[in-house]
Amino acid sequence: MTRLTMGKALNAALDRALADDERTLLMGEDIGRLGGVFRITDGLQASYGADRVVDSPLAEAGIVGTAVGLAYRGYRPVVEIQFDGFVYPAFDQIVCQVAKLHYRTSGRVKMPITIRMPWAGGVGAAEHHSESPEAYFAHTAGLRVVAPSTPQDAYTMLRQAIASDDPVVFFEPKRLYHVAGEVDLDRPLADAPPLGVARVVRQGSDATVVAYGSMVPVALDAAAAAETDGVSLEVVDLRSISPFDLTTVASSVRRTGRLVVVHEAAGEAGVGAEIVARVVETCFDELRTAPVRVTGWDIPYPPARLEGHHVPDLDRILDGVDHALGRPSSFTAVTA
Amino acid sequence: MVHTLAPVNTPVDAFEDVARLIEPDGTRRADRHLDTWIADQDAAALRALHRDMVLVRRVDAEGIALQRQGQLGLWPPCRGQEATQVGSARALQQAGFAFTTYRELGVFLVRGAKPADAVLTWRGEVHSSVDPARLGVAVPQIIIGAHSLHAVGYAMGIQRDGDDAASIAYIGDGAMSQGDVNEAMVFAASTGAPVVFLCTNNQWAISEPVSLQTRIPLARRAPGFGIPSIRVDGNDVLAVLAATRWALDHARSGRGPAFIEAVTYRMGPHTTSDDPTRYRDPAELAYWEQRDPIARLEAHLRALGEFDDATASAVSAEADALCAEVREACLGARTAPPETILEHVYEEPHPAIDEQQRRMRAYLGSFTDAEGVRA
Repeated sequence: MTRLTMGKALNAALDRALADDERTLLMGEDIGRLGGVFRITDGLQASYGADRVVDSPLAEAGIVGTAVGLAYRGYRPVVEIQFDGFVYPAFDQIVCQVAKLHYRTSGRVKMPITIRMPWAGGVGAAEHHSESPEAYFAHTAGLRVVAPSTPQDAYTMLRQAIASDDPVVFFEPKRLYHVAGEVDLDRPLADAPPLGVARVVRQGSDATVVAYGSMVPVALDAAAAAETDGVSLEVVDLRSISPFDLTTVASSVRRTGRLVVVHEAAGEAGVGAEIVARVVETCFDELRTAPVRVTGWDIPYPPARLEGHHVPDLDRILDGVDHALGRPSSFTAVTA
Repeated sequence: MVHTLAPVNTPVDAFEDVARLIEPDGTRRADRHLDTWIADQDAAALRALHRDMVLVRRVDAEGIALQRQGQLGLWPPCRGQEATQVGSARALQQAGFAFTTYRELGVFLVRGAKPADAVLTWRGEVHSSVDPARLGVAVPQIIIGAHSLHAVGYAMGIQRDGDDAASIAYIGDGAMSQGDVNEAMVFAASTGAPVVFLCTNNQWAISEPVSLQTRIPLARRAPGFGIPSIRVDGNDVLAVLAATRWALDHARSGRGPAFIEAVTYRMGPHTTSDDPTRYRDPAELAYWEQRDPIARLEAHLRALGEFDDATASAVSAEADALCAEVREACLGARTAPPETILEHVYEEPHPAIDEQQRRMRAYLGSFTDAEGVRA
């Protein structure tokens, strides 16, 4: 085991992927000599050359579109979108091309492309640097959408994403880049949990809190705080947003009878809506109370000094838990 | 001063100032640059180009007929553009990979597509039936200009593989306004990728004239990206062949991308759903009729004494046979079982799709016939 930050774990995963398969290459803005604005590709161009760690012109559609052509040619591109809010110029290439070419060709053309991006807020950034666009991609058939919450998952899941013959949108919670954890760099991928599987990261009995990416540590903190209040929360780290592991989530909800879903993205038509709907469809009789969503408000991302009022924190999660437990909460304040 | 909306119908030098080898009346004209690329084109080779163009035109007409008879949902006619498609595709040979739009029927036929390929997509049976690896052609692109980036990425792969090959992106005059195409030219120039951009300027993007997309000849855009370009008569198959050979040679010899503007005309509607009489002057059609690519080459060959009525009959008979095959492939098409729509969404197993497949089977299996027997 090695102690690494998530950023270093991601770097190690890219290093390993480049070493393992010469058809793998990285493309993105500033990923070469600079090593990326978050240094996730630090040192890789020096190790593997400018042909395999490619500084691209400043054009996101161009980055993803040329990755499609490289995939046609048998390459396995890993592209970096510099920030979450910069992905939209590449939207057509991702949803119309990357996502659909396998289907369009009845499986004759594979698109083993990984689209990485620093993601979500909480770091005091400028506008367009704190967005949570995962629902757009989760809604698109043909894509897999994942988000790690620990350095170990970052390392393993990125290697799995690159190894996958399907395109994967890989969201990296930027506020966790500098959080360190133990990472086993040598465990074979075959022994790791599959990419699409969720994990129960804390067991509990009163309610299930489902979170992913940057919200997982917050949910765990909320669970620790709730325990001092005599409330036992089970926390599920979704890991994969699409497909999402209904089996693990439903099995937890069947034990606890209550569901609270947490994400930074706006609630309306968000990932939480899908999770709640699927749980209600499958576990209606086991639910003791209506599921609750704790999400960002339905607003554009606010100015940095106010983001603490937008991104769910420990108290907002506990407010949602209170509602699930039938206690007074902000939810009851408006519905009463 | 008072600003007014600029007139959009300023004609952009539609047809003059283009490189050409065969005049509209069939007269051969010398071109110091282009001639060097087609020295091997003897009478037999020219007859082969003529044959290709006739086959494309006839299959195209068959497609329109099948659509009018309700056998196809849609058809995007390519009449008038045969020389651009055949000349460029013949130049490509085996060492190239083409990324095309939905209108490049000629490219697909020259690359060896089966007759069924031409109609199954437009019948709505499959999104695409071609095998890109076998034909050296990507599946046709409907999103305007999106595939230009794919061609550049493919060429970046060729660079890395050290192959003597190139890719070619077929785009139209409308696509020249798309961000993707401009990004593609930036990436191509920046990386020096062996890619040829072939812009089929057929004068119209559905109802919008090329003057709405550009105020200068499109070929003049490329040098601004650092890409050499040529403006060629797109109705002169020999000139297109020569220009494409030049461009491919330029790309394959490590000198980076090249750009061709093939000036031609879309004689038909955008698709069978379109009505060009709402936006086009009939005089324009008459003008371009006089510049027909097939009649021109035939006149040239006849003047050489290398084409007679027997040749024309033989080609026509071949076209009849091919169209019969197209028709048979269309009328004989069998729609795939419903559950196949859930296949190939992903390459690897996917729990939600698997579950929906099971549900769809259960749903379909729940129907009974008049005797109460399960379907």
